[in-house]
Amino acid sequence: MLKALEGSQAIAQTVALCRPQVVAAYPITPQTHIVENIAKLVADGKMDCELVSVESEFSAASLVLGAASAGSRTYTASASQGILLMSEVLYNIAGLRVPMVLTCANRAISAPLSIWNDQQDSMAVRDAGWIQLYCADNQEAVDTTIQAYRIAEATELPVMVCMDGFTLTHTLEPIDIPEQDMVDSYLPPFNFKRALDPANPTSVGTLVSPDFYSEARHSHHHALLDAADEIIAADNDWKQLSGRSAGGLLSVDGPDDARIGILTLGSVFGTLSEARDEYTELPPTKLIKLRSYRPFPVDALRHACAGLTELIVLERAISPGYGGIVSAEVQMALSGKPDMPRIHSFAVGLGGRDIPLDIYRKLHAAIKVPEPRAFSIIDVEPEKLPVEDHGIESANTDSNQQRSIS
Amino acid sequence: MIEVRIHGRGGQGNVVAAYLLATAAINEGWHAQAFPAFGAERRGAPVVAFVRLNHTPIKRRSQVLAPDYLIIQDEALMNVPSITDGLKSGGNILLNAANSRDQYPTENNVDNSNLITLPATHLAQQYLGRPVPNTALLSAFLKLTDLLPHSSLIQSLEERFTGAVLEKNIALIEAAAETIPANLWKQNANA
Amino acid sequence: MKTNKRAVTADMLVHLRKNQPRFEGIESGHRACLGCGEALAARLVTEAAGPEVMIANATGCLEIFTTPWPESAWRLPWMHSLFENTGAIAAGMEAALKAQGKPTKVLAFGGDGATFDIGFQALSGMLERGHNVLYVCFDNEAYMNTGIQRSSSTPHAAMTTTSPPGSERMGKRHLKKNILTIVAAHQIPYAATTSVAYASDLRKKVRRAMEIEGPTFLQIHSPCPLGWGHDSAHSIKVARLAVQTGLFPVIELERSELIGSMPIRHPRPVTDYLKLQQRFRHLFNKDDARAVEELAHIQALADHNIKHYCLDGEGMDALDSDGADTVRRGGMRWA
Repeated sequence: MLKALEGSQAIAQTVALCRPQVVAAYPITPQTHIVENIAKLVADGKMDCELVSVESEFSAASLVLGAASAGSRTYTASASQGILLMSEVLYNIAGLRVPMVLTCANRAISAPLSIWNDQQDSMAVRDAGWIQLYCADNQEAVDTTIQAYRIAEATELPVMVCMDGFTLTHTLEPIDIPEQDMVDSYLPPFNFKRALDPANPTSVGTLVSPDFYSEARHSHHHALLDAADEIIAADNDWKQLSGRSAGGLLSVDGPDDARIGILTLGSVFGTLSEARDEYTELPPTKLIKLRSYRPFPVDALRHACAGLTELIVLERAISPGYGGIVSAEVQMALSGKPDMPRIHSFAVGLGGRDIPLDIYRKLHAAIKVPEPRAFSIIDVEPEKLPVEDHGIESANTDSNQQRSIS
Repeated sequence: MIEVRIHGRGGQGNVVAAYLLATAAINEGWHAQAFPAFGAERRGAPVVAFVRLNHTPIKRRSQVLAPDYLIIQDEALMNVPSITDGLKSGGNILLNAANSRDQYPTENNVDNSNLITLPATHLAQQYLGRPVPNTALLSAFLKLTDLLPHSSLIQSLEERFTGAVLEKNIALIEAAAETIPANLWKQNANA
Repeated sequence: MKTNKRAVTADMLVHLRKNQPRFEGIESGHRACLGCGEALAARLVTEAAGPEVMIANATGCLEIFTTPWPESAWRLPWMHSLFENTGAIAAGMEAALKAQGKPTKVLAFGGDGATFDIGFQALSGMLERGHNVLYVCFDNEAYMNTGIQRSSSTPHAAMTTTSPPGSERMGKRHLKKNILTIVAAHQIPYAATTSVAYASDLRKKVRRAMEIEGPTFLQIHSPCPLGWGHDSAHSIKVARLAVQTGLFPVIELERSELIGSMPIRHPRPVTDYLKLQQRFRHLFNKDDARAVEELAHIQALADHNIKHYCLDGEGMDALDSDGADTVRRGGMRWA
């Protein structure tokens, strides 16, 4: 049944349905409402878990790592600086192949200080070895959270559920929270084969010399690649039960004969989708919603891009000194494809800048160029830039080339 | 789609007002969306929240740039030059003010004919003992627009509050509704 | 003369001792240096704690020398995560065991770097939240794993690679951090120091700390022959001198109140301790007025400790043998 819920409230209720035994977190905007709601559920006896309010995100991640290693299902959530403070532990969790679920309430990174939404935080830990799933709306975030436990425990990999801070976490909208029975039938109790146990003592986290390190990394990499099958299966099975798909590895929306595609991660998808309905005079456009960023679904992406001549990669983070993060990977994934589309790389909505419907029109206008630009922040407002930075946005490709020649 | 922008100050229950309105609509079978224009606001700082109401699912996540209605919880905010930005032509403003519309100065190019005032702070002080005008304004808004039944607001309050706070708020919204003409903005709402 | 008793021979005692079902949590064959105080201390702790525990171990020598993949010296469930999160890892293990309805005492092991410095915040959080964890700090007074750099535990005037003596410096400029009282200030039920030179004291304190519900803390003075620059055969002797000079007070605190101390009947001059160690050799240059002054300073620190912790005693110093033979599998519970 659809209920009016704030995104964070819905996530807290969903986490409770997944029956984690240990929850640890440290407050950071915009993650706070999730943990506050969990604390209230615990206080009211509606959720039975050890809730530990730790002294930092570093300890939040560490505490759930210790708890999961001792065999408990765990949950934590963070954002922005908190994700960065956790980053050392995030690598450690993934390298130790300890399953758990973390909600990243996506937020920009300081400096300059911004509490608002973009996806620089989860992008910064892209290579930590976690599965990363991006949610386009709160219903997807609810369904993905449940699926994440199944995926994590089946693959022995941690899963980061990325949902746009504020834009999703603080938005109230109609959301269906599944029944406990349905979640129980989907998600069996956690049984971690490698749990620490005095009856069967093992050593975890040992020193690995060059003789074995490459093999450990190889196994981890392939575990992530193989997780794609489980991500698909988990979504299919959930659809059987609930009637809803959360988007598999990626999903494509739009006419088959479209020549233009826009690839996005997260909640900007909905805005573009309504914009497409509004700006009917613009050419047919496919919207590609990339849900699984790690593992990166190369084959599914190549399939989704069939027939496209222009592909816009619209992302909510940048790699300063290079440009688009996702676009670079998309370029590589599609390279060698005989009918490879031209790739246009844009960042948008950094640090919470509103993304109006009009962005759709701007994107269509921006790709009418003889050669795609290397990268630009499409909603930058030149009049706000210091004088010395004027013109860089409009001529970045040319100036880069000139610099490399001179 | 009907879009509402709610202006207020930190501590006036701006986000709660948006959530209550959207919740009332969702309970009545509408699709709705409510969210704050997120800030690091402390008490007293100007804040904004948005509500969208529709009969089909709402997918856009952008801020409300062209609202059908403005609900302004603090009279002094009328002096902020951008306060009525984007208000659709024929759009209406519900203002928390002690003075009636006729006495309200027409500064800031506000069309007086589109403006209704409600002494919501005064009413809130009287019924709640606290200067929190949000629920009284929502009650007046529903009476003016006839978008949702009065009972939907009560139900939405019941989901959020209990005990004395709930009872006092219900008394407050009854009183607020009585001071406001019914269906004055109805045509606009159905447009 | 007739007797019903068989005479107890020395051979029989040795036989009995060898066949005692002693539990060792850490096996021989690990890769610690000769005379490693930390390796001995870890063995003594696990003997006394028994097999029904799990260990969270910080990055450091102990972690490195016990677990070169694919080998491990541990007979206990053991986990190493990172350098600075051991308090939180142990807290997580405890929370999980609690949630699973299992016995919850968890051991956390860290060196002085992991405890005094980089892991201090996680340790403080664990203590404040009251997790049922015995945190053991193996204090060898510098970052030995990375090649002897100063930590906040390094004693005043000691030479390390990052506190070298020279024309402008006489080793470490700052005092050794008093971690025990800082830890005890969390009002935890039990915090104590001990030394590898006093094995039965160490075991008794482990058993005591294990029996207490809630966070407990043990700081074990553990010589590092490499880092301190002393003969590997003299680790115990050096450690004992640290206690006998008053430089390392062996004390117990409950809820931050001092409740016990190992008395020093005949305090030894600090030079007896310092002169055995290369890390203090710059203090023995009689032509250097600074050295003379520093020695006096260190003696004053020891004298202060003796007075402050009421370490003065009378009669003979106790031999540390009582109780040593009562350690059995599982420690106190089967003793």
